[in-house]
Amino acid sequence: MKTTPIYGMMAEFDSASDLVAAARKTHEAGYQKIDAYSPFPVEELAEAIGFHKNGVPLVTLIGGLIGGLAGYLMQYWMAVDSYPVNVGGRPYHSWPSFIIVTFEMTILFGGISAVFGMLALNGLPMPYHPVFNVPRFAMASKDRFFLIVFSSDPKYSPTSTRQFLESLEPRSISEVPS
Amino acid sequence: MADRTEEVAVANRNAPVIQPGYTFGTVTDKISAIVLNRPTSTGWFIGFGVGFMLTMMMLFAIGYLVVRGTGIWGINIPVGWGFAIVNFVWWIGIGHAGTLISAILLLLRQSWRNSINRFAEAMTLFAVASAGIFPLIHTGRPWLAYWMVPYPNTMNYWPQFRSPLLWDVFAVSTYFTISLLFWFIGLVPDLATLRDRSQNRVAQIIYGMLALGWRGSARHWHRYESAYLLLAGLATPLVLSVHTVVSFDFAISIVPGWHTTIFPPYFVAGAIYSGFAMVLMLAIPIRKLYALEDFITDRHLQNSAKVMLATGWIVAYGYGIEAFMGWYSGNRYDAFTLWNRLHGPYAFLYYLLLASNILIPQLLWIRKLRTSNVGLFLVALVILIGMWLERFVIIVMSLHRDFLNSSWGMYYPTRWDWMTYIGTIGMFLTAMFLFVRILPMISIFEMRTLLPEAEVKAE
Repeated sequence: MKTTPIYGMMAEFDSASDLVAAARKTHEAGYQKIDAYSPFPVEELAEAIGFHKNGVPLVTLIGGLIGGLAGYLMQYWMAVDSYPVNVGGRPYHSWPSFIIVTFEMTILFGGISAVFGMLALNGLPMPYHPVFNVPRFAMASKDRFFLIVFSSDPKYSPTSTRQFLESLEPRSISEVPS
Repeated sequence: MADRTEEVAVANRNAPVIQPGYTFGTVTDKISAIVLNRPTSTGWFIGFGVGFMLTMMMLFAIGYLVVRGTGIWGINIPVGWGFAIVNFVWWIGIGHAGTLISAILLLLRQSWRNSINRFAEAMTLFAVASAGIFPLIHTGRPWLAYWMVPYPNTMNYWPQFRSPLLWDVFAVSTYFTISLLFWFIGLVPDLATLRDRSQNRVAQIIYGMLALGWRGSARHWHRYESAYLLLAGLATPLVLSVHTVVSFDFAISIVPGWHTTIFPPYFVAGAIYSGFAMVLMLAIPIRKLYALEDFITDRHLQNSAKVMLATGWIVAYGYGIEAFMGWYSGNRYDAFTLWNRLHGPYAFLYYLLLASNILIPQLLWIRKLRTSNVGLFLVALVILIGMWLERFVIIVMSLHRDFLNSSWGMYYPTRWDWMTYIGTIGMFLTAMFLFVRILPMISIFEMRTLLPEAEVKAE
C-alpha cells in the first residue's frame, strides 16, 4: 500500500486572538518549523511564530540607491561625455537639471525592488502549495485562522504533535498531505 | 469624566467608517459577491456600451490624426499646446487623489481610506493612462515616441536632460509603474479570496494565477506589510513630484503667466482638488448602485468634501498670488497677462473659472450639502469643469498673446479636439466599468482589519 508523505499538521481557529495565543504556545513548546495563516495581516503573529528578520527594507534601500546612482551617472555620461550639447551656455555638467530624473529613478527602482523583493523572499508566485490540499484551508482567505507544524520539525511526531495541538482547543485538526 | 462625554459627542457627530454588525465573513461575502455572484445588470451594459462607443470615437479621431497630422486640431502658432496639453494636465491631476488616498492617508493612519483606496487607485491608473495619450499624439508622430527614451541608437544621440519635457517622461512613466505595482500588490490577497470563493473553473484559474499562490502566511504578511508601507513612503514624494514636474513644463519657460514660482504647490493642490472631485463622482453612484452605503459611508463623503475645501483654498491662494504678482512684479508682460485674463477675448472663461473653483465650492461649508449625494455630486462636477478651465486659462490665455502684438492669435478647438477629449472620458469610463465588474472594488482584507474582532486581545 502506498502512503502519502505528510507535510505537516494543521489546526484551525476561530479568531485572530486564539491563533496568536496558540502560535505563541507552540513556539514556546519548542516547535521551530511552524507557520500561521490569517485572512488579514496580524501584527503579533509574526512575532508569535518567532519570525523577526525581514529583508524587504534592505532590498528596497539597495534598489533605490542603485536607481539613483544609475540615473545620475547616466545623465552625466550622456550630457558631458557622449553627447555634449551647449544649451544657452550652461555647463555640460548642469547638475541641478539632473536632480529630477535622478529622483524619479530612485523611486522607480526602490518601488520595483520593494515589490519584487517581497515576492521573491516570500517565494511567490507559487500556484501549488501543500496547504491547499486541506479543503477547509479555503476559509483562510475569508474568516478562519490556521496554524501548521511542519513535519520537517525535529519535534514533529504524528501522535504527540496532534495531542499538543488538541490541547490548544482548535476548531479542527487535519494532516496535510504533501 | 467631562473628557469622556466630550469624546462621545465628537464620535457621534461623524458617521462610522463601516456600519456596525459586520463580521469577517459578511464583509468578504458582500464585496466578493459583486464580482462572483451578482448578475451583470442592464445598467452596467448600458454604461459600458456608452463608454466603449466613446472609446471607439477616440480611436477614430486618433486614427484620422495619424493619417492627416496635427493640422486637424485647432492648434496653431502662437497656441501650439492647445487641447492636448490642457487634457494631459487635467487627467494627470485627477490621478493624484488616488495616490493621496492610498499612500499619504495610509502613512497618516487614516483608516477610513480602506474602503475607498482600491477604486481610487484604479481611477489613478486609468486617469494616467488617459493623460499619457495626449503628449504622445501631440508629438505628431507617435510611432517615434520611443525616441524620448535613452536607448543606444544608430543616430548616435541622447535625449536632452535639461528639458522639463524629458523630466515629464520620467515622472509620468515612473508614476504609472509605481501606481500599477501598488494597486496590484494591494489586490493580491483579495484575488486569493476570489480564487477560494469562486465556483467557476475558469474564474478559479484566472484569479488563482493572478493571486500568485497567496496563502496568507504570517511570514508573507510580515514582508507584505513592510513592502506596502515602503511603497507608500516612496509614492508620497513621487505623487508630489509628478505635478511639480508638470508645472515645471510651464514655470521653467519665460512665457508671461507661466514663469512663476507658485506653480508647483498650486498645481499639486489643484491636482488633489480635482482628483477628490472625481473620487466623489465615482463613489456616489457606485455606492448607490451596488448598495455599498455600509462601507462607503457619509463619513467618506464628508471627509472628501473637507479635503476639497482645503485644497480649493490653496488653489484660490494660487490665483490670488498670480494676480498679485502680475501687478507687483512691475513686469509689463505679466501685467498684460492679468489684464488679458480680466478683459481679453477669453475673459468669460476666467470668470467662469473663478466661479466654479472658488465661489461655488464654498457651498461645501454647509454640513447638509456635505452629506447630500446629489448636491455633492453636482459640486464635484463643477470643480472638475473648473479645473479643466484652469488649465485652459493657463495654457491658451498665456500663449495666444505673448510679447509681440504681431504674433498674437486666437485658438479655437476643432471637432477632432473634442472627439479626442470626450473619447478619453469614454475610455476612462470603460475601464472603470470593467474594473468594478471583474475585480473587488473595495479592499476586502483591509476592510477586515477595520472590524472590532480583528483586534488581538492580550491574554
